[in-house]
Amino acid sequence: MDYQTSIWPLAAILISLLGAIPIMLSGRSPNLRESWTLLAALGKVAIVVALLPAVLAGGGYEFVIAEVLPGVPLALRVDAMGMFFALVASILWFFTSLYSIGYMRALKEHAQTRYFASFAVAISATIGVAFAANLLTLYLFYEMLSLSTYPLVTHEQNAEARTSGRKYLTYILGTSIGLALPAMLIVYALTGTLDFKSGGILAGSGASPQVLGLVLVLFLFGFAKSGIMPFHGWLPAAMVAPTPVSSFLHGVAVVKVGVFSILRVIFHIFGADLLLDVNLGVVITSIASITILVASLVALTQDNLKRRLAYSTIGQLSYMILGAGMLSAAGMTGGLLHIAMHAFGKITLFFCAGAIFVAAGKKYISQMDGLGRQMPITYLAFMFGSLSIIGMPPLGGFISKWNLVIGAVSSDQLLLLVVLLVSSLLNAAYFLPIVYRGFFARAADPVFDEGIREAPLFCLIPLSMTACASLALFFYPDIFLRLAQLALFP
Amino acid sequence: MSASNLHMYVMIAPLLTAFFVNLLGRRSRAWLAPLTLGSLAFSSLASLVVLGRVVRSGGYRYTVGNWTPPFGIELVVDHLSALMLVLISLVALAATLSALKSAEQELPGREHLFFTLYLILIAGLMGLVLTADAFNLYVLLEITSITTYGLIAMGKGRAPLASFNYIIMGSIGACFYLLGVGYLYLMTGTLNMADIARILPDISGGAAVATALAFMLVGLWVKMALFPLHGWLPSAYSLAPTGAALLVAPLMTKVTIYLMVRVMFSIFSVDYLFLQNPLVQSGIVWAAAIGIVCASALALAQRNLKRMLTYIIVAEVGYMVGGVWLANSTGMTGALLHIVNDALMTLCLFLAAAAIYYRLGSLDFDRLQGIYRKMPVTMAAFTVGAFSMIGVPPTAGFFSKWYLILGGIESGHWEYVAALLFSSLVNAVLFFRIIEIGYFFKSGEHHGHELREEAPLLMQVPLLISAVALIVIGLGSGPLVDSVIRMALPGGF
Repeated sequence: MDYQTSIWPLAAILISLLGAIPIMLSGRSPNLRESWTLLAALGKVAIVVALLPAVLAGGGYEFVIAEVLPGVPLALRVDAMGMFFALVASILWFFTSLYSIGYMRALKEHAQTRYFASFAVAISATIGVAFAANLLTLYLFYEMLSLSTYPLVTHEQNAEARTSGRKYLTYILGTSIGLALPAMLIVYALTGTLDFKSGGILAGSGASPQVLGLVLVLFLFGFAKSGIMPFHGWLPAAMVAPTPVSSFLHGVAVVKVGVFSILRVIFHIFGADLLLDVNLGVVITSIASITILVASLVALTQDNLKRRLAYSTIGQLSYMILGAGMLSAAGMTGGLLHIAMHAFGKITLFFCAGAIFVAAGKKYISQMDGLGRQMPITYLAFMFGSLSIIGMPPLGGFISKWNLVIGAVSSDQLLLLVVLLVSSLLNAAYFLPIVYRGFFARAADPVFDEGIREAPLFCLIPLSMTACASLALFFYPDIFLRLAQLALFP
Repeated sequence: MSASNLHMYVMIAPLLTAFFVNLLGRRSRAWLAPLTLGSLAFSSLASLVVLGRVVRSGGYRYTVGNWTPPFGIELVVDHLSALMLVLISLVALAATLSALKSAEQELPGREHLFFTLYLILIAGLMGLVLTADAFNLYVLLEITSITTYGLIAMGKGRAPLASFNYIIMGSIGACFYLLGVGYLYLMTGTLNMADIARILPDISGGAAVATALAFMLVGLWVKMALFPLHGWLPSAYSLAPTGAALLVAPLMTKVTIYLMVRVMFSIFSVDYLFLQNPLVQSGIVWAAAIGIVCASALALAQRNLKRMLTYIIVAEVGYMVGGVWLANSTGMTGALLHIVNDALMTLCLFLAAAAIYYRLGSLDFDRLQGIYRKMPVTMAAFTVGAFSMIGVPPTAGFFSKWYLILGGIESGHWEYVAALLFSSLVNAVLFFRIIEIGYFFKSGEHHGHELREEAPLLMQVPLLISAVALIVIGLGSGPLVDSVIRMALPGGF
């Protein structure tokens, strides 16, 4: 496959990174500041979409930033897999920016300038991870994302937020420095390169299955942003952040950067064939299966809506890793597709949770009885998001889960099929009661809840649009499907 | 001045200026800034020219006054020493900008004395990296040490005591080194390093040579504060006047690491050091690894920014000693690159500490609340330095750590790999603790808004330059390694 040299991948990253500067400088004029955010978001979507046709045609772009280590430059490459992720992230950033404006203003949050600036840096890092051409570049942007999201988690600046921020950094930096970095160095010592290549670079390095297994486990746990158990504790803790942060970063960008990194390693560092040869897929699938089941069970017990969503995310993220670990064509496709499908569904759910908090000031599911009658649009969107995550037609989540099921069957891993089915039931069990009680249960305190209306339009429009997108993805998954195919079977 | 002895002027400029600083600075402090900055700017430019020439046309040896070795004084200008020369003059120049301000505040009326010692120290450091003579090395080592004792003793409070402590330890270290040189002189009858190296393989007397090596190494280890010989460093560096710490902290330990490399590979052979005594080689890597872990753990216990930084310096010494003794070219590359990077990041952090101290008069953690709001520029640069210490790419610190860890993996020294990773994690804890206190604790809850009160421009400029340099050197570490560090590796690698 040939890649054209082009500065545009760098531009896609820099537009929001440089956008952080005018955002910081125009802190005194909120309208101007938010225009910069929206401008950068639109610009980013435009650049990413402009790069899309060449990728769909089977090509791509590259750009070398600097030659830093022998055989390992800091370099960007737009290939199908990176494009897949960048497309999801940049589109959802735009919606989140709209939503943030509504949310932050409605709640009169403090330090909004810092908030929007950190957000802009975080999305740059996310696109950087998507477009990284090798593991070192990916690691660089991965760390940049960790550091730029820390101020967002600690946003409230009270004792709870500081503790959560500490927990966040401990998990994320601890695993990336303590596990992923040595794994990367071992790969480099074995192969002399860190380039992402289809088919992997470790095949033919002569490493023993034990070493390969060790490196694989180091990577799986090292990229703890994927919320894989037992390194998932930061995600529920990070829910103290403002809801747009939870929705975009902890529903889409941060967590999926973790999954994306793991998938990159599985597909393009190890290669499916090598993992099949040494039979390491089972390591991946068993860790992922445990995470899926345990997280779904824990989600059932959470009364705080955002925490329930967080545990749901932990479970769903491992679907993607599970799919990749199946090492069958349909399984890997399903895993990759689930990145997009889950993103649109989960961001809708988080947007709804935030809208409920803005409009009604409620955080706990037990207080939300009857709320759906007062906020019908929000609750409808919530239903769409839930159904997509559960994997029901006609919503996008069905397509990825269908592929996962086929992947499990076609590779004769029937135990995984059981995991998928049980987990889907659990998903339904923890989501549908919220919708049901919202519409049909009698409100506990009708007098007090009298005046509740829908959230501001800035909140309502984005969440309706992402809900519609979830629906549309069922009927038109072609672009993502094509990108996934190109990424896995060039 | 002819082009061929430019390196002499690099060293002579600060030495001569030292006297003028004393004479003229006594009259009026207006002389201080132009003299010190002028001489160091000259040294910086000249050393860059020297490095450029070495990169283009290779290293050379120079005999002072044409007295031929082994009797005359010989200087060696190769990739490594030219690089060190550039490093010393640039770091000194940046440190001086800030030191002028802090000396004005802390040592009113004694500034000319301070800068006299300061410039002699710089000249001594430059001499150290140039000399090719084992005894001259001792002399210059004492020149730098004695000036440092004086500078530290100018500090407030218990500084003279810390300085005295350092004198005892430093003198012991120097004696050890001198004894080692004495043994070598007895065996070979010469003091010129190249000369000794030529004669050593032909003589019998393994025990005496081994003793010489051991004495010289231990002497240097005391001087560079390798754990557990580090006892003097934290107090000496944290009680010293701010301006003195600015110069000494980034350079002194790093130059001593350079001296270890120089002594090891100019006098002894790779074969003798590493292959004939693999047990010693492994033992030193183990000791370095343990030192890194212990020093990092001690850093965790500190409640004062500067003391914390001094323990980090001790841990970093372990990085470099371990890297050199890994006995492979990756580890050696990492150690040499880390000399440059560590000097720069220590400079950056100490410059930030100096700026904070200038405004707050204290560096205790509980005083740092709200410091980000008060001094945003300073703290932004501090954060870059902190990231480099933690080893976040693309800052410089990441890349030297990369080589060091890779060297550990290649040679199978997993204890060293683990120690480096542990120390990186500890650094993350240390610096994020400060970021949390400085940024996320709401300060001045009674007064409402904290006033923005940045350090003077003269302190901000070098700080910002050093922070930018950390990123530039990080991104440029590929070319730096290819064109300078690889050429600087001792023969045999």
